[in-house]
Amino acid sequence: MSKYVIRRLLSMFLVVLIVASATFFLMRFLPSGPFSREKALPAAVIKNLEERYHMNDPLWKQYVDYIGNLLRGDLGPSFKYRDRTVNSIIKDGFPVSATLGAVAVLLAVVIGIPLGIWGALRQNGWQDNLVMFVALLGVSVPNFIMAVLLMFIFALGLHVVPAAGWGSFRQTILPALTLAGYPTAFIARLVRSSMLEVLRQEYITTARAKGLSEHLVIFRHALRNILIPVVTVLGPLIAAVFTGSFVVEKIFAIPGLGRYYVTSINDRDYTTILGVTIFYSALLVSMNFLVDLTYAWLDPRIRYVERKVS
Amino acid sequence: MRKVLSLLLVTALLFGAMAGARTVTAATVEFRWNNGAEPLTIDPALSTGVPEANTILQVFEGLTRLDKNNNPVPAVAKSWTISADKKTYIFKLRDSYWTNGTPVTAYDFEYAWKRALQPETAAEYAYQLYYIYGGEAYNTSINVDGKYYRQAVDAKGNPVTKKEGDKDVPVADMKKEIDPSKNVGVRALDTKTLKVYLASPTAYFLSLCAFPTLMPVCKAVVSKNASWTKDDLKSYITNGPFKAISWSHSEKMEFIKNPTYWDKANVKPDKLTYYMIDNESTALIQYQSGAIDGSDTVPLSELPALVKSGDCKVMPYLGTYYYSFNVTKKPFNDVRVRKALTLAINRSAITLKITRAGEVPARGYVPYGIPDATSTTEFRIAGTENFYKDNDIATAKALLAQAGYPNGKGFPAFSILYNNSTRHKSIAEAIQQMWKTNLGINCTLKNEEWGVYLDDLTALNYQVARRGWIGDYVDVNTFMDMWVTGGGNNDTGWSNKQYDADIAKAKVATDPKVRMKLMHDAENILMKEFPIAPIYYYTHPILLKSKVKGLVVSTLGFVDWKNATISG
Repeated sequence: MSKYVIRRLLSMFLVVLIVASATFFLMRFLPSGPFSREKALPAAVIKNLEERYHMNDPLWKQYVDYIGNLLRGDLGPSFKYRDRTVNSIIKDGFPVSATLGAVAVLLAVVIGIPLGIWGALRQNGWQDNLVMFVALLGVSVPNFIMAVLLMFIFALGLHVVPAAGWGSFRQTILPALTLAGYPTAFIARLVRSSMLEVLRQEYITTARAKGLSEHLVIFRHALRNILIPVVTVLGPLIAAVFTGSFVVEKIFAIPGLGRYYVTSINDRDYTTILGVTIFYSALLVSMNFLVDLTYAWLDPRIRYVERKVS
Repeated sequence: MRKVLSLLLVTALLFGAMAGARTVTAATVEFRWNNGAEPLTIDPALSTGVPEANTILQVFEGLTRLDKNNNPVPAVAKSWTISADKKTYIFKLRDSYWTNGTPVTAYDFEYAWKRALQPETAAEYAYQLYYIYGGEAYNTSINVDGKYYRQAVDAKGNPVTKKEGDKDVPVADMKKEIDPSKNVGVRALDTKTLKVYLASPTAYFLSLCAFPTLMPVCKAVVSKNASWTKDDLKSYITNGPFKAISWSHSEKMEFIKNPTYWDKANVKPDKLTYYMIDNESTALIQYQSGAIDGSDTVPLSELPALVKSGDCKVMPYLGTYYYSFNVTKKPFNDVRVRKALTLAINRSAITLKITRAGEVPARGYVPYGIPDATSTTEFRIAGTENFYKDNDIATAKALLAQAGYPNGKGFPAFSILYNNSTRHKSIAEAIQQMWKTNLGINCTLKNEEWGVYLDDLTALNYQVARRGWIGDYVDVNTFMDMWVTGGGNNDTGWSNKQYDADIAKAKVATDPKVRMKLMHDAENILMKEFPIAPIYYYTHPILLKSKVKGLVVSTLGFVDWKNATISG
């Protein structure tokens, strides 16, 4: 097992390094640069800026320096926010996005799984149709529509929660609901279909033949097996939701990390583009690793050991 | 008995009311304002845009401040004398203090200005200090082993560079060292006297002294702590009416009345909270739900209704929205074509139906609100106020026919370039339609992402482009000097010797009358040649609760909360 973990960690490191390198060179192919301004900067000022950010070094040297700093955990200064480093941008933004993301994922799991089971157990009944309709809405309604709808109904109409801003629990409710929409619907559909599949398995028939109550059949035998696909999608989902959403953060004025994934590219803020991309990919591969470890716990047939050849 | 009782009641009520009134006046005056964006920096030397200035100008104070009529008035400087040649300024500083209790000295100003000019600081607005003698030379100098040298020039005066890898690196002229302690025209004569020597007489220098780049910084702190603006604000030592106490990035920033400020008795608000809401609609919702008292941004779609309800106040703004022609490309190298296209735009239709924020159709280039030779006259009104009729289709058609394109026949295909934005798109569509119906000319629209759009402008890789210019300071020069040959923001390929000469003469003119005459002459040339087609003069709509009084919004878009109060 430890051998497997070491091998995985090494390959994860490699993946992140490749992502970092590819991003580093690809973003330089973008037209325009970080010092393009509506009021054109004097050449001397551009030269000073380039020196400040080591942009006048040859590209290979910039790359080597960047990777060197990266290995030391230093993501460099932001090109756009002159008082800040990319580390501080992530340090400030990620906890906010992650808090919101955690609430959203929790909502998605707590609502999505029971909905899916309910639908599967009443396959083709009105309950099933209702679940599928809700799921269809959740998947197809874009989150900016959802955000505005929720804001108008609950904040401006009923005055039960604040419309926007950050700092109190009440302010997390609307953005978390908005963020939870898609994952909830996705999980509900996934659970429904895998439940339908599991219910046709022979071991379920056996369990039923044993005379177990339907409750026990579902919760002891079926549930554990439908969790495997759920856990599989949960990994990347957590990575995506925890790093924030541009749209949701913008609409609800939330100081999260999500906005930087879009604004840094528009601003050609090279170090921030790299920093947030690397952070996201590191989180993504870590989540996938965790998912794989969880498989072993969920399904005793999956074991990460070297197979002994007898 | 009844009378006595009622008298008692009335007295009791009056007392109650007075007690109530007293609690009202004693209550803290607090404002919550949406700054529209997270400031990119709070370091005055590095400040660039309006969100930064609106933060920095609350916590710093320069030699002068701009009053509500945009005139410079004494601030940290209590008085000044100006030499006869208008190049030497001697400022006398009043007793004032930094937030750490140490006095603000002339040395702090000298340090701050040289710091902004130092190449290593890489300040984008360093050119606001090029008016100071030696400022430009220092900022553009080359650092060789800790000493600064001018860039070498060849016999023709062109800068010398050498190849280093794939880059052109400027070569230093080792005979021309620049010693910032001697060769830059700002020096503290003692703690309370600052001497400034300008490169040429600059009529608007006192206004510039109120600009963020020229704010002082506390030398004792900044010279020792490079990260004085970072994170917890503990080292953020300032001298303005307010003191920043917290900064939650991308969320909000809080200020209190600065207890060490020299004029604190006249600072009305006790507390300010800036929110960094960049979505205009969200800001409006927060405003309507009472979470903020005002916002620097207003959603365009809601403007007319908000103006009607009194929630949106339209402030004057020094800016011109215009279309520029690439005069190096056919058929735009023909002034008749440029003029025809300029005249065939219905500006009032654009301002009334699209922008809808009280913009004024532009029939000249320099916007209203800039003083002429005397502060009682306006540049726009003193000279030719309007150079052409709006929507003058008959003249436009005649000009186009003269140029060889009667009714637009044979006019080459071209496109209007603009950067992604609903506003620019709507205006471009309207103008496309106007040119088609009025002149019979067909064109396409081309929208580009911001950075790409800027690159294409600079490379003259366009035919007609949407552009805008917001003044950097309240003087006509900020609008005029950009059109000189090869100017960094010219981006039209247009060049006129007489124009260049007028601007150059105006820069060194000491008599305001002569200077303004030259500026008017230059604008006359610009409006005869039409490298650009002015469309409208910008306005600055803001959201503000009617109970907020005394907020000063300058024509540069800067807010000043010092005198803001709550009434009613």
